This record gives sequence, structure tokens and C-alpha cells, in this order.
Amino acid sequence: MKPFRYDRAEDISGAVATLAREPAGVFLAGGTNLVDLMKLDVVKPDVLVDVRRLTSAEIEDLPDGGLRIGAAVTNSELAADRRIRSRYPALSQALLSGASGQLRNLATTGGNLLQRTRCAYFYDTTTPCNKREPGSGCSALEGYNKEHAILGASRHCVATHPSDMAVAMTALDAMVRIHGPRGQRQIPITELYRLPGQEPQHDTNLEHAELITGVDLPPSAFSPNSRYRKVRERASYAFALVSVAAALEVRDGVVHDVRLALGGVAHRPWRAEKAEDALRGKPAVQQSFRAAAAAELAGAAPLRDNAYKVPLARNVMIRTLLELSGER
Amino acid sequence: MGVEITLKADGTEHRIAVDPRTTLLDALREHLGIYSPKKGCDHGQCGACTILLDGVRVNSCLALAAAHDGAEIITAEGLTADGELHPMQRSFIEHDALQCGYCTPGQVVSAVGMLAEAEAGWPSHVTRDVSAGEMPLTDEEIRERMSGNLCRCGAYANILPAIRGAADGGGLR
Repeated sequence: MKPFRYDRAEDISGAVATLAREPAGVFLAGGTNLVDLMKLDVVKPDVLVDVRRLTSAEIEDLPDGGLRIGAAVTNSELAADRRIRSRYPALSQALLSGASGQLRNLATTGGNLLQRTRCAYFYDTTTPCNKREPGSGCSALEGYNKEHAILGASRHCVATHPSDMAVAMTALDAMVRIHGPRGQRQIPITELYRLPGQEPQHDTNLEHAELITGVDLPPSAFSPNSRYRKVRERASYAFALVSVAAALEVRDGVVHDVRLALGGVAHRPWRAEKAEDALRGKPAVQQSFRAAAAAELAGAAPLRDNAYKVPLARNVMIRTLLELSGER
Repeated sequence: MGVEITLKADGTEHRIAVDPRTTLLDALREHLGIYSPKKGCDHGQCGACTILLDGVRVNSCLALAAAHDGAEIITAEGLTADGELHPMQRSFIEHDALQCGYCTPGQVVSAVGMLAEAEAGWPSHVTRDVSAGEMPLTDEEIRERMSGNLCRCGAYANILPAIRGAADGGGLR
């Protein structure tokens, strides 16, 4: 591992100011992904600014009925929180389907959002990778791409976002709270992430030294009827090939409202707006779910090894919606 | 450049200076002479380095020591009190829950942490209804909750009954 300076600031403003002066520095939270990437020389920062004890580790009730999750809340604590489990079960299920018990105890909410892709070429420093080394090329495009993107990819990068938690948050309309050198802002989680385009080295729209301080979940009448379903190659402790987070409200047999997001299919958690639009006002039956999934996946562009993801994503969407509609 | 930190490991407080690159695993093994946490993969995949960090199980290979100044750590050797093996350790022996033994300290510590999580009512991926108040600790639940600990010898067939035995026997704290 390349030597670096370890810095612990007094408070959030101090941490942001410190990192703003260090172009090759990064924030450290739980470290479960960052430390690993540093061991492999994939990420080589000069400075680590430790923020784990600076951001909130609490989950607070908001006056509007939503919840505010501090960035330092661990994945375990978030998954186990009674309010999350009853009001946003898809989020709890997503967290519990990720990593292992030990990792969830270290990993934080902010860090989970900012974890890097698990594309094997990104990790292998002997191969070209535009995300790791801009301009070097994409090895996955013509290489081993079974786990890669079917939606929104570019010829510069076909990597997928690895988080389960972020997929559920995308379906739940989460807002990300940010503290940066120029003040504070909040953005919908769908605006946090980018498609790879020509600059896959940027996973997110955060500027340097902008720190995620928390995530707000808005109140929702139907998020208690939400679910996360993940398909992977092992029964436990593996990244998603495809995952679906969904929340569904059916009134008199008709889809009144729906939220749908896909994991494992794109450079960012994929909010399935086309499918949502196709579903609203339609009968809550398999035929509607199938048509909605087809509408979302019409633009899929599979690679040599990952065409299976198209029917898989379709079927997991249908199955998840059927379950939420009370059908089995 | 060293970072000065204090670690309370298995009941003893230590003041040490570490290179910022030092993980808790390396601090325990290289600085404090505590060898029960094992370096298996060193990437958070195998669980052989599992310790209790401020009461919860974590992979010590991915935690930087400098970031855990003041932490209280329990390793497999620290589970032993006054020469008495912890009930989980006894159960592993009684059930012959190991072959080569390399993953065992991590398995034992992880199992102790896992049972505390289950007792606290934390759900798991296999919990049918995460909003339910209680979930029985079935074999399926134990397998899922222990999936972060790999055993290359494949001693799982005895590890599961060992953990089940310790859980049913009670008196784990």
C-alpha cells in the first residue's frame, strides 16, 4: 500500500476544508471497500480524512413522517432499525442481502453509497480500465462481461454499481445530504449517480471534498408494501447479478402508484421510470407487469456474456410486483 | 510517520505507534503479539480475522488501526476467562467443528457476535418477515448469519451443530 497521511478533523467543516486542500486525498468512513482498494493499489490517496466519528450515527424521525439516516449509521444498525423494517422493508432486505455480518457492522451508510464497482478489470491493475486509469480503454467491453451492464453503458465503461442499499433507496425516493466546500445541499439519489459516458472515472456528481452527511427517506403511504429481491450465484455473500427494489400501491385492483429500481444492470442504481409510467392506472395483474418490464428493457444492449440479464431482470421485476400485489 | 493509538485488547490496554497503513489485524499480530485472529485472505472475504470491536464482530483486516483509537477488542483468546474456555469454544471441541483449525478462531468469535445480534432481534436475509418482532434461530438462520466465515476444510457440517449447541446451552455472555 502506498504511504499516506492519516488525518482526523475536529468536525465536518474541518474535514471538508482539509480535503479541499488535498487534491489526492479521500474521506475514510468504515473503510471496507476503500482499504481493500488501497491494498490492491487501485486507489492511491495521499491523505485519508477520517469522518466516521464526525457524521451522525443516529436515525431520526422527521416532522413530515420520514426518517433521517446519519452517514455513519452502520449497514447493520440501519437494517435492524424497527422503523426501517416496518416502514421501508425493501431497504432492510437490501442491506441484509449485501456482504456479510462482519462487513455490515463496519460499513456505513455514506460509504455504502460511494463503494466502487466490482468489475474484475477495475481491480486488476495489469489490465486497461477507463474507470481506474482514464483513457486506457475498457477491458470488459470485449472481454469477460458476464456481470456487466445491459442499460446505460458506453463504449468507455460497462461496469455496474454494486450496492444493494442504493437500489432500495433509489426506489424509495431518498434524498442525499451533502456538505461541501461551498456549503450544504441535498439531491435526489437518482442525481447522485452518473452514467459512464466518456468519463467513467466519475461514479457520482459529487465534487471533490463534498461529504455525504446523511440520507433522508420521505414519508410514503405505500413504502411498507415494498420488497427487495436479489439474484446471485451463491445463496449468500455475493454481489447481485440482477436485483429489484419495488413498492406498490394497488387500489381496487388497479396500480395506483409504484416505485421500481434495478440493481446489477447499469453504472448506477437504475430507476425504472418507463416501467412505472407503464403501470400506473393499469390492472395489477401479471400481464401489466410483463408489459411494464418489457417497456423498461426495450433499450437493453447486452454484451457477449450477459444477455441472460435481460430475461432475468424481466422475470424478477414481474415476480416482485406479483408478490407485492398479493399474488404468488 | 507513526500514529499514536490506545487499544484495549483482550482486557489489556496498550499504547502503540502505528504506520497509518496498519490494519487492526496487523496491529494485533505484529504489535501486540495476539495471534488468534488469522490472516486468511486479507480482503474481507474469508472471516478468519474476525474480532469483536467495541462489542460487534468485524473483519479486522479492513479496519485501519489509526481509525480505531480507544477501541476495545476481544479476540478468540480473549474469550477465555481465567483459563476457562468460553462455551462456544467448548462446543466447537465437543462437536469436532474443525479440521485444520485455521478459520476456527474467526468462526468462534463470529459465532459469539452472531448470537448477540440474533438475541438483539436483528433480522437476516433469510428472515421471512423483517418487520416481525422475533425470529427463531433456525439452522437456516445460523448458516446465513455465518456466511462471512469460510472453512476451506468444509467443516460446516460440524460447525453448525457446534453453534446450535452453544446457542441452546445458553450462558454465552
